[in-house]
Amino acid sequence: MDLNTIWFLLVGVLVAGYAVLDGFDLGVGALSLFARSSEERDVYVASIAPVWDGNEVWLLTGGGALFAAFPIVYATVFSGFYLAFMLLLVALIARAVSIEFRALVPSPGWTKVWDWAFGLGSLLPAILFGVAVGNVLRGVPIGPAPEFPWQGSFLGLLNPYAVLVGLVSCAFFVMHGAIYLRMKTDGELADRMGRIALGAFAAFLALYAAATAATVVVSPFLFQKTSNPLFWILAALLVASLVATPVFTKTGRKALAFVASSAVIVFMILVAALSAYPALVPSSTSLANSLTIYNASSTPLTLYTMLVIALIGVPIMLGYTIFVYVVFKGKARPGEGYGAAVAGAKPASARR
Amino acid sequence: MDALFLARLQFAVTVGFHFIFPPISIGLAWMLCIAEWLGWRKRDPVYVQVGRFFAKLFAITFAVGVATGIVMEFQFGTNWAVYSKFVGDIFGAPLAAEGVFAFFLESTFMGLYIFGRDRVSKGVHWFSSLMVAVGATMSAFWIVAANSWQQTPAGSVVRNGRAELTSFYDAIFNPSTMPRYLHVVTASLVTGAFVVAGVAAYHLLKDKDSVFGRKALRLGVAWGLVFAVLEVMPFGHFHAQQVARTQPEKFAAIEGLYTSQTAAPLVLFGIPFSPPPLIKAKVEVPGLLSYMAFGSVGERVRGIDEFPLEDRPPLWLTFVSFHNMVVLGLWFIALMGWAAFRLFSGKLWEDRLVLKALMWSIPLPVAACQLGWMAAEVGRQPWIVYKLLRTSEAHSPTVTAAEVGFSLVLFGLIYLMLGALWLFLMIKKAKATPAPAHA
Repeated sequence: MDLNTIWFLLVGVLVAGYAVLDGFDLGVGALSLFARSSEERDVYVASIAPVWDGNEVWLLTGGGALFAAFPIVYATVFSGFYLAFMLLLVALIARAVSIEFRALVPSPGWTKVWDWAFGLGSLLPAILFGVAVGNVLRGVPIGPAPEFPWQGSFLGLLNPYAVLVGLVSCAFFVMHGAIYLRMKTDGELADRMGRIALGAFAAFLALYAAATAATVVVSPFLFQKTSNPLFWILAALLVASLVATPVFTKTGRKALAFVASSAVIVFMILVAALSAYPALVPSSTSLANSLTIYNASSTPLTLYTMLVIALIGVPIMLGYTIFVYVVFKGKARPGEGYGAAVAGAKPASARR
Repeated sequence: MDALFLARLQFAVTVGFHFIFPPISIGLAWMLCIAEWLGWRKRDPVYVQVGRFFAKLFAITFAVGVATGIVMEFQFGTNWAVYSKFVGDIFGAPLAAEGVFAFFLESTFMGLYIFGRDRVSKGVHWFSSLMVAVGATMSAFWIVAANSWQQTPAGSVVRNGRAELTSFYDAIFNPSTMPRYLHVVTASLVTGAFVVAGVAAYHLLKDKDSVFGRKALRLGVAWGLVFAVLEVMPFGHFHAQQVARTQPEKFAAIEGLYTSQTAAPLVLFGIPFSPPPLIKAKVEVPGLLSYMAFGSVGERVRGIDEFPLEDRPPLWLTFVSFHNMVVLGLWFIALMGWAAFRLFSGKLWEDRLVLKALMWSIPLPVAACQLGWMAAEVGRQPWIVYKLLRTSEAHSPTVTAAEVGFSLVLFGLIYLMLGALWLFLMIKKAKATPAPAHA
């Protein structure tokens, strides 16, 4: 395996890690729009408050890794998707500050504003990430090397296929968030999240099937790997996790359901990545103009240096991330949201 | 207004607004780490109270810092596509390393520190505050290293139409990285100390017997004095000497030296006009600039007249921002020295003048950071990568002026709102009565 392929995989791992981890926060945020009371919304926020920040770093690191390993992709796609990206950034800003701000002023009006910012700031990225993936799978309007000029427009990004993929990702994140929240709560709320997860799964499955069928028409070039056994192994694992998710949800195996749902997004990303490989961004003007892991990459020295950095840094990072998740395992404690911790309103427990 | 001008304006707004927050969070993180240590080891509930209190201010600042930092991470690609393609082989690596080594550490342990007080032992809880501080400080290293490579590129060669890496070590430890990093980190520590000291002063002004206020103030003044001195001497001085060696145009611009000469004077005060390059009402010390820059009065310092017009940085902004930064830096030493003197005489708790001065000086280190950054970045112009790529050639060719204008207005409004909210919440929480102390 050459360095470029290793980096293709590593960027894929970062994207998958982001989707699994920030995916449930985004889902919980989108679900909070439909919370039945303000107290219930506090539980939603408390369930993600200690970890959402670390989860979002996956996105920043993914952006940095893309810049370092495949700068041409970073430069071409981000400037090409300019306005869509600005919209995404606005949503992420609103979300980041609302989690912090909502409980700082004890006034219903204040909390309401930030609850909306939190909900919409989560829902919008859940859709936009899918729209971005949809556009990449469909191919984006880039011209020939070495400049790879962009030949599209903002409205071109909102094509039916990309919007369909946006709905797929939205349904998935809502399901993933519901499964997570069910794991972190008890009683009626947990039961309701179980039902929402199953409903969202049905919607997701239908949309995903439709999107796959549409892909055959829109991007037939993505189906050239069907002779590769790896494609079928990944596809089989994807199907297995697709079956396991509703089964575990129905039978009340909360943690296993979360693992299965995480596996769904990981294998979805891997199947799509393998199908596109070695292209990172197919071109819709001509497949010969596609950005690949070879024509868009940094030099071997940079890729090698970055690999060393990743091999040292990532295991350490995974170690303490797992440690923190273990510390916060179990049910979300009511009053463990930012408000309580930041306002210092919580009485000291017996431990201190 | 063309797309280039708007893209530059947008970058200035984005980086300027973002850079309000990291110095505060780096500085506060270390203050928290010390307070938590004292609270834990000395079993002193008041220090725990100090930790809890300032953790609120830290958390608010950190959130806005993260929110605005997301924009920074992606702005190079959206607005500066030519730049991103040119520097990607070098510039992306430190950004990714920041994520892997620093930002994950800071964010993950931040969650544990803020929410885990009752879930882990006191030792682990203190350790989490240390990791937040270490993560924040390492974060600054990678960002300053990346920016320093733009100032003094090294470890690379221009090949295939882009800068390609030849030595990662040389690129990261380029000639300006360490001088700038030490200067930035000490400035951040001063910023954090001023927040703690100023807020403590406010509480003492309300109640001179506040134990919370006294302990926090002692911490802030001790820490603030040490780093206010170190920031200027040696680190500010070393950084200036490095600029004199590696970026003579910038040095001439910030120091206001418009003609090359031996025994060059240090301009203490002046009102710059350009063009033509001219300083009125000048107060200067003959020979001092040559001495400070190169260690001898006889050394020749290159003035701005030696450089072709198209290679000169803007003279007015660089001179004004640099000189005001220096004035503020000296004020920090004076104020903290004065406060430390009153502290040793045991009179600080009642000295309302010093307390008021400390309180009103809270925003000044942030202002000094902004001015310093401005001098550094404007002084690098007209280059986006010094001597390798001009700013005027680096923006995204496909992004129109209308698009940049739209997002500039949008983000301008969002930043105004965020800034106002941040200030409102910080003041509200800083004025709040600390939660009762319990061990």
